[in-house]
Amino acid sequence: MSDNHNSAGGVPTTGHLWDDDLADFVNQPPKWWMLGLTASAIWVVVYWLMYPAVPVAINGTFFKGVGLPGSGQWTAIKELAVDQAELDAVRKPYEDKLKAMTPAAILADKELSEYVARSGKVLFSDNCAGCHGQNGVGTSQAGKFAMREQGLMAPILNDDDWLYGGKIDDIHTTISGGRQGMMTPHKDTLSAKQIDDVAKYVKAMSVEGKSAADADAAVADGKKVFAESDCTGCHGADAKGMAAMGSANLTDKVWRFDGSIEGIKQSITYGVNAGDNARVAVMPNFTAAGKLSAVEMKKLAVYVYKFGGGQKEEAAPVAAPVVDAPAAPAVP
Amino acid sequence: MSELKKEVGSVTSIYSEHVEWATNLGDKTVHAKRMPGRFRTLKYITESFWLIFFFGAYLRWNGKQALLLDVNNRQFHLFNLTILPQDIWMVSLLLLLVAMTLFAVTSVASRVFCGYFCFQTAWVDLFTWIEEKIEGNPNKRHKLDAAPWSFSKFRIKLIKHAIWMAIAIFTGISFTIWFEDAFVYWHNLLSFNLSIIESATLIAFTLGTYGLAGFMREQACLWLCPYARIQAVMADTQTILPAYDLARGEPRGKLRHAGKVVEQQGDCIDCFQCVQVCPTGVDIRDGQQLGCITCGLCLDACDSVMDKIGRPRGLIRYASLDELEGRKVHKLYQHPRTWVYIGIILIALGGIVYGLNHLGALTLRVAPERQPLFVSMSDGSIQNKYTFKVLNKTDKDLNVKISAEGGVKGQVLIDADIPQLVHHGKPASFTVFVKAPRDNLHSEVTKLQFRVENVEDPTMAAEYNTVFNGPKVNGK
Ligand code: SF4
Ligand code: SF4
Repeated sequence: MSDNHNSAGGVPTTGHLWDDDLADFVNQPPKWWMLGLTASAIWVVVYWLMYPAVPVAINGTFFKGVGLPGSGQWTAIKELAVDQAELDAVRKPYEDKLKAMTPAAILADKELSEYVARSGKVLFSDNCAGCHGQNGVGTSQAGKFAMREQGLMAPILNDDDWLYGGKIDDIHTTISGGRQGMMTPHKDTLSAKQIDDVAKYVKAMSVEGKSAADADAAVADGKKVFAESDCTGCHGADAKGMAAMGSANLTDKVWRFDGSIEGIKQSITYGVNAGDNARVAVMPNFTAAGKLSAVEMKKLAVYVYKFGGGQKEEAAPVAAPVVDAPAAPAVP
Repeated sequence: MSELKKEVGSVTSIYSEHVEWATNLGDKTVHAKRMPGRFRTLKYITESFWLIFFFGAYLRWNGKQALLLDVNNRQFHLFNLTILPQDIWMVSLLLLLVAMTLFAVTSVASRVFCGYFCFQTAWVDLFTWIEEKIEGNPNKRHKLDAAPWSFSKFRIKLIKHAIWMAIAIFTGISFTIWFEDAFVYWHNLLSFNLSIIESATLIAFTLGTYGLAGFMREQACLWLCPYARIQAVMADTQTILPAYDLARGEPRGKLRHAGKVVEQQGDCIDCFQCVQVCPTGVDIRDGQQLGCITCGLCLDACDSVMDKIGRPRGLIRYASLDELEGRKVHKLYQHPRTWVYIGIILIALGGIVYGLNHLGALTLRVAPERQPLFVSMSDGSIQNKYTFKVLNKTDKDLNVKISAEGGVKGQVLIDADIPQLVHHGKPASFTVFVKAPRDNLHSEVTKLQFRVENVEDPTMAAEYNTVFNGPKVNGK
């Protein structure tokens, strides 16, 4: 940085003049810079040979590169495989244990249920959140308008209302076997007035409670329809629903589809999974779909249970191992 | 240096300090002379603070390294204290404290840090001390440098560089052992078992020390160090710094001329001792300048000259510009900058002391679930989900009990009756549900405080303020 560098005197210019007096000196780039440039040019060739970058086939297979001395033919894919194997080795003891355990036993084991909850989150997001929404908030809260347009409404999973039971084994059965909602349409068997009456009665049961609704003269007509037509056949005389067939509890404050009078009337008129205008309620059978391994379905059961609505077993959970169909290795 | 002429259109015309470039660019090596004196002694004492750097990491406390910046495990250990990432805000206060102390000292007494404490100064001092022991005094060194290569020159140089390198390696090791167990590191080192990061740190610090202290020397101060560049902003006319008393010294001249003592001359006898001892090759008689690291060595040199010629000491002395130019000298406490700096220092210090006293053995963070904010349950009540993160900073595992205060009337904590196991040094995470009757909700959000306490020792506890979310109530 002393005089001999930037001095204006002595150095010739390129001979071009811009804007009357602007000229370019023909100073050499600094030596270190030229060295760097040459070194990079050499490195490009070396790199090209070392890594699988030559797009020609040699001996019927693509040239794989000569590799770094001592490192073999490194590729990012191989590195990923190594990392993945490392991860799998860490997970293996857990995964092996899970194979022989019931969902209830996993839930009872603090460490395992923690492990399962983590991989469950990924599984749920990939397989379940499409209908149930992230964290099981249900179709309507997840804002899945297109699904609602088609009448397909997946239930909220983090409340304590369960159509088919909320014990850990019930949840596991639902996931592994799927569910098919059903409700007969009443457009042909009930008159418009009857449908209106019974809808009001059902709504009253939810708002005021069953006994108050029964005593309420305003919905007495509906009560009669409910008792005399086929409603009790599925929902039960107490209107509390039956977990065995997945009929809804009509006395609680959670609505499977739509709790407005109009919504209730639609459910009664057109039914569920029963043709035109019917509500759609289908839970796929994940075993048949072949998408999830047995262990993965157990993980999901525990994960869903832990959303906050899982129901405890009356007796202590039985930790007896069950025999599983040989499961594909889990990829959490 | 005068051969660097000022010429229109050349870079030298832009920079006033161009005359020093020959030194600064390394064209000329500074071989400073060593002279005993007050400041020389002081410098030895202050520089020996760096022994802590070399040996502090070997201090043990309860069977563990007493001072350990365990970056790998994201925790700092200071004797009994463990500082986890959550408390790292104190480090910013610490940086503020250190910076402000540096500024305050600079404003009062100029570059005290540079002259007496800086690692560059200290290591260069050590390296040149070794150089002097091996190659001899500055004259001999200049001659040796200029001499053609011979076996004896090679041997002398080899010994010097070997010792320099050994110190550099030891510096690299000493740096690294602050970040992991010193004895484990030595073991790994001696069995050639260092990780890549360990080796890279060692090599970087070894080469850095060797290059900076062995070759860059004063050039690091002149060309690399940002502090050298900004210190002028912090100094003012009240700052005391090594200064040459112009009024007393000039006109300078040789003591004797043609065998006779020359009369009517200033006290400076132009002996150049002050320049020869200067580690950065500065002539302090030209006034305060960028190159001066205020090490005081020229004071020692000149004082010894003054003693010899029977003049009072202090021709070069610590003095403020005000003093030298005959203005009123203010007392330290009349110096407003000092008060501003002290204020900031006290705030930072207060923050750190508060932080260290409130580290707590337990920390609690509660994250309310955001999707969904709340769930309506079948009985019409509202349920919220909270993820608890409890950090146990003690060195034992313990069980904590969960309770809540405030919130909604009639709320129930679900799954909170079982004590939760929290491993030491690790955050534990678990979920707690709170369910409350909808009718008791008076607004969309209700304040709620959670508390965790050690089952065995309820005084060890931590609280966290959060909210209970619900649907809108009457439009609120
Ligand atoms: S050491 Fe003192 S007397 Fe000698 S040249 Fe420097 S200022 Fe002058
Ligand atoms: S001029 Fe004096 S105080 Fe400044 S660096 Fe040189 S010897 Fe030290």
